[in-house]
Amino acid sequence: MSDPLIIAGKAYASRLLVGTGKYRDFEETRDAVEASGAEIVTVAIRRTNIGQHAGEPSLLDYLPPSRYTYLPNTAGCYTAEDAVRTLRLARELLDGHALVKLEVLGDPQNLYPNMPETLKAAETLVREGFQVMVYCSDDPIQARMLEDIGCAAVMPLASIIGSGMGILNPWNLRLIIDKARVPVLVDAGVGTASDAAIAMELGCDAVLMNSAISHARKPVLMASAMKKAVAAGREAYLAGRMPRKLYTAEPSSPAEGLLAALAA
Amino acid sequence: MTKMMTVTFNGETQTLKCRLTVRDMLERMGLAGKRVAVERNGRVVPRAEHGDILLFDGDRLEVIAAVGGG
Repeated sequence: MSDPLIIAGKAYASRLLVGTGKYRDFEETRDAVEASGAEIVTVAIRRTNIGQHAGEPSLLDYLPPSRYTYLPNTAGCYTAEDAVRTLRLARELLDGHALVKLEVLGDPQNLYPNMPETLKAAETLVREGFQVMVYCSDDPIQARMLEDIGCAAVMPLASIIGSGMGILNPWNLRLIIDKARVPVLVDAGVGTASDAAIAMELGCDAVLMNSAISHARKPVLMASAMKKAVAAGREAYLAGRMPRKLYTAEPSSPAEGLLAALAA
Repeated sequence: MTKMMTVTFNGETQTLKCRLTVRDMLERMGLAGKRVAVERNGRVVPRAEHGDILLFDGDRLEVIAAVGGG
């Protein structure tokens, strides 16, 4: 595997992580995840339905844990305590699996992270042996704090969850990327393929998205577009873009050997 | 003759006529053999202990599964 993404000591070929929410059905979820090439998929942890059918299929039947790395999240948690409880249950559910996505929300309207509660939860989870990938604000100081606590990856938002507004503050993302010693993932805000490419060109290690794929008119096709955009953005980052030359053009064709002017 | 007892299962009150283990309770709720995780009074009950842990009157159970999400 050339240029792998390394998270908590494990190598992944794909730099695209995808959510599994808001698809029409499990078939579409499976097809979109497959088209995205993602190896890590996020899932939510919810109460079981009382009286559900014995033979009713579950998400795990469509995305076998033997093939995908599950990343259980704490979506919907507004306190450190709820987030920690949720992930302890997730670890039990997934047979001791330690890689998790922590998110502690602060406001139901904008789903912005509550950073003091996020930091508190991260401390507890790291102490308990979890490998914590953490959704956070794009504040380089708090990203550093999360890293110092021992989080496996920091995942600043590019814009608010489910908004599809794209990369609103590339400068802050760069401030985080330039200092980080753990992987930096853009989590939330990507709307279309170019947004994912921009995130990768900035130097993000990977991108995590859900709505941009599941809310596209053709989710499976968008998943394929995202796969290419993330790969293209990564290659462009590694290739190193040409310097921007403001106000000065430079022709790509030779300046010599031009035809003589017909009239003097 | 045992006294009736109640436990809370995912927020709903369930009346039990006899002592049940966590595993019995999952069976009763149609979740036998399902991939779920159980929390009893705020603490995770490891799967290996489902058959051993007896429920007490007033116990609060949370039973969760993985669903689609971002």
